[in-house]
Amino acid sequence: MSILAWTYIMVGLSFGLYLTIAWISRVNTTKGFYVAGAGVSPLANGMATAADWMSAASFISMAGLISFMGYTGCIYLMGWTGGYVLLALLLAPYLRKFGKYTVPDFVGDRYYSDVARVVALICAIFVSFTYVAGQMRGVGIVFSRFLEVDVNTGVLIGMGIVFFYAGLGGMKGITYTQVAQYCVLIFAYIIPAVAISLQITGNPIPQLGFGGMIEGGVDTGKYLLDTLNALNTDLGFAEYTKPFGAGNKSMIDVFCITFALMVGTAGLPHVIVRFYTVPNVRGARLSAGFALLFIAILYTTAPAVASFARYNMINTINDKAYTEAPSWFKNWETTGLIAWVDKNDDGVINYRPGDPFAGKPSFTGEKGALGQGLLSNTPTDKENELYIDRDIMVLANPEIANLPPWVIALVAAGGLAAALSTASGLLLVISSSIAHDLYYRLINREATEKQRLLVGRVMIGIAVCIAGYFGINPPGFVAQVVAFAFGLAASSFFPIIVLGIFSKRTNKEGAICGMVAGISFTAFYIIQLKFLGVAPWFIGISAEGIGTVGMLINFAVTMLVSQFTPPPPQDVQDLVESIRFPRGAGAGIDH
Amino acid sequence: MGKDLKQYWSRNLKLMAILLTIWAIVSYGCGILFVEQLNTIRIGGFPLGFWFAQQGSIYVFVVLIFVYYFAMQKLDEEFDVHE
Repeated sequence: MSILAWTYIMVGLSFGLYLTIAWISRVNTTKGFYVAGAGVSPLANGMATAADWMSAASFISMAGLISFMGYTGCIYLMGWTGGYVLLALLLAPYLRKFGKYTVPDFVGDRYYSDVARVVALICAIFVSFTYVAGQMRGVGIVFSRFLEVDVNTGVLIGMGIVFFYAGLGGMKGITYTQVAQYCVLIFAYIIPAVAISLQITGNPIPQLGFGGMIEGGVDTGKYLLDTLNALNTDLGFAEYTKPFGAGNKSMIDVFCITFALMVGTAGLPHVIVRFYTVPNVRGARLSAGFALLFIAILYTTAPAVASFARYNMINTINDKAYTEAPSWFKNWETTGLIAWVDKNDDGVINYRPGDPFAGKPSFTGEKGALGQGLLSNTPTDKENELYIDRDIMVLANPEIANLPPWVIALVAAGGLAAALSTASGLLLVISSSIAHDLYYRLINREATEKQRLLVGRVMIGIAVCIAGYFGINPPGFVAQVVAFAFGLAASSFFPIIVLGIFSKRTNKEGAICGMVAGISFTAFYIIQLKFLGVAPWFIGISAEGIGTVGMLINFAVTMLVSQFTPPPPQDVQDLVESIRFPRGAGAGIDH
Repeated sequence: MGKDLKQYWSRNLKLMAILLTIWAIVSYGCGILFVEQLNTIRIGGFPLGFWFAQQGSIYVFVVLIFVYYFAMQKLDEEFDVHE
């Protein structure tokens, strides 16, 4: 059977599964809609959190980025996992004891202020929209390559599916769908990784294989990482395992990006709300552990996949004649994610450092003498002739390693599972922020259960449409947009939630000033760098790492302002006291 | 707040401080600040610093959370604040 037929089967089956689960777990109470009735087991919540968390960027883009970045890829690996330690120790148990529906709910009550609630609300919506746009784009890319439809059609199909199961089942539907999506995405990731590890190093465990020796070919008996270092330096790149080398990031930048990603992870509203869905504080602690365990399975495989992909890519296409290029190369050329310009007219693909031409490839639609797509881009004076989009490294990996068609189809289903699960979690945050915090808590306290559910569902519909719009007209690359969301989450929520739990003295004046200062600085810096082309001016920190500084500003401003304004009222201090002790965590309370 | 609960909270904070110190040492210490020195040591095909940055720190993170879970469970029961 062809790849396309297999893909329709795999994607069809997995979508059928999600829709069935959504139908079975449909809800008609706000408690079910927002926190799945607070009855999810820690194991299931761990899986759901892992799926919620691992987005299109983790599944599709991360290994590709690491593959090109070598050592520096650790910013994603440590950054996106280390945050769970912060989450498990500093946030999850206390927020669970507090037991409300949303993050703005905590902020609004802890800081006894509707202004704080609204600021948190705006931050939550802003972060979620920035993040969800990248997911929708991811759905589009997977569809366009594997189902041979237009990227935009792919986005529309994704929107329909998410709307159906998020609208119907709310948090409950999303949770159990995410459990299924985790299973799909982890198998889709592991199976090709194991097969490729066996092929290259003879070791079935990728985590060990990439530190092992190569079996077969000219490099037999050499360590894979040593071989990669040699291949990289021969072509003029920095050594694969060398930190802070030429063309890589500086130590301070690596430090700040890792920190921003960790703190951002701990501050992401769609991850935090997942801890409201377990029955008690103990469950919140345990499910943080399970979540990281399930995430680690993918995150420790990714660097292995990255090194295998780089080895295979350089070996199979560099210095090979275009006419003899493998079939995956030509398949991906048709999607515009690979392009080749024969600068020296020798018919051979030369892969070297630097951009082959200015900008993203724009094909003229005509074919060259060898059948390659011709480009209208201006070539650079670099020797490099190859444009290769980093996002394809995972998606093309099974094809590069000549795995059977059903594996390639499974990877497509996995990529869709990763993107859809994250998108649905984010859409729920957006809808509950508006339906619960804005509509019910601020606008209409008399609203009936039925009205509130309706508002929640309508908001999901509106949010899906906005997310789809951003998916079709993306504001940046998938991974870049996600990095944006992290910086903003790090600089807005994390400090005031931590202070809200650990410092009774922190008051509303401090929290509001802190959030506004942190998020405005971070947003301003990112916009300067990403959109106005300003060079990094703050001790060389890039846009991805500036959330760390924004977070420090938030901490400093919050604490300083709190010192000079009246302490919080006694009942709030009692509230802070009570969340420190596990006993008595009820179901999500909805006063 | 009774004396007991004060003690409970300070033991919790102490446990957190220890675990977060380990967290910082493996990630920021071994993975970033001292990566070059550690890279001179090799385990199989891995330079050690590179291994910490791309693999080792993640394993430690998982262990830390489970250690916290079990230690807190014990602490909760000792002070009778468990659910």
